[in-house]
Amino acid sequence: MIVADKKPIEEIIEEIKDDEKILILGCNECVTVCEAGGKKEVGILASALRMYFLNQGKEVKIDEKTLERQCDHEYLEEIRDVMDQYDAVVSLACGVGVQFMAEKYQSTPVYPGVNTCFLGVTEERGLWTERCQACGQCILARTGGICPVSRCAKRVFNGPCGGSTKGKCEIHNEIDCAWQLIVDRLKALDRFDDYENLIPLKDWSFERAGGPRKVVREDVQQ
Amino acid sequence: MRLQYPSNIQIILVPCTGKVDALYILRAFEKGADGVYVVGCMEGDCHFNNGNFRAHKRVEQVQKILDTINIGGERAQMYNLSSSEGPRFAQIAVEMDEKIRKLGPNPIKLAKKKAA
Ligand code: SF4
Repeated sequence: MIVADKKPIEEIIEEIKDDEKILILGCNECVTVCEAGGKKEVGILASALRMYFLNQGKEVKIDEKTLERQCDHEYLEEIRDVMDQYDAVVSLACGVGVQFMAEKYQSTPVYPGVNTCFLGVTEERGLWTERCQACGQCILARTGGICPVSRCAKRVFNGPCGGSTKGKCEIHNEIDCAWQLIVDRLKALDRFDDYENLIPLKDWSFERAGGPRKVVREDVQQ
Repeated sequence: MRLQYPSNIQIILVPCTGKVDALYILRAFEKGADGVYVVGCMEGDCHFNNGNFRAHKRVEQVQKILDTINIGGERAQMYNLSSSEGPRFAQIAVEMDEKIRKLGPNPIKLAKKKAA
């Protein structure tokens, strides 16, 4: 999932301080799972903002709504009828949702209510870690299911580098060396011979380095 | 036991303090409560293992929010006691009442009156 973290309330207040009618818009997908932008977080933020402005003697209308997703037309259309009631929207969706909102509703400012962090997993409640950088050409089949693009600090493709120490990465002793994990997993799979096969140069044009990307699937287009 | 405790305290029963959401506490303040305290079982005694620990974290979360929006985090508190400690319950109620009286009324209540 896309992992996001809450923005400090002070930062959001700064964004909306000149507006009078604001919609706090949550998303029911990834940001709900990582407890940054779901219905509950919308409620907490909206309540805090209402109290803040009231306490400042400012009359500000703050409404709450949470959509199924903010990255699909059909769900964003659900608010079309009410959009003219607001001066601004604070979207608690990931950066994708914020941008799609902004594209769709050109004349209403949309502010991000979360910091979008990475594609990752819930290791345990309250601990999310990165697993994928959407590089566009997955090599997990060759690396024992462990991704050197997202998990190796240097994105080394035939590692480990010289900094790997006791299974940890040289950038921090709490971070596992991805290549140690790859070696361990290949051994566990009884495929350690594969380690000897060099991984060829990666074509980074499929990654962000190639500019904004798109997936076109004519077979499912209408 | 017929113990006395301040009559301005409104008790809201929940099955476990783990049910107390940060939002419940915030809504209480939004509605004008001067203070909110959560009374959970002793740490380690939760029937659901960690309900009271969760409540504690949520109270801390609310305290931070209340500080950020200038309402005052001390208005939200968490206490732990066992169900057999009636006198302690009454004592906490008195303590909380005194603490909140010192802090004065919830500024939201005053702001609402002004706005009306
Ligand atoms: S120590 Fe391991 S994870 Fe860290 S940069 Fe080197 S190969 Fe990558």
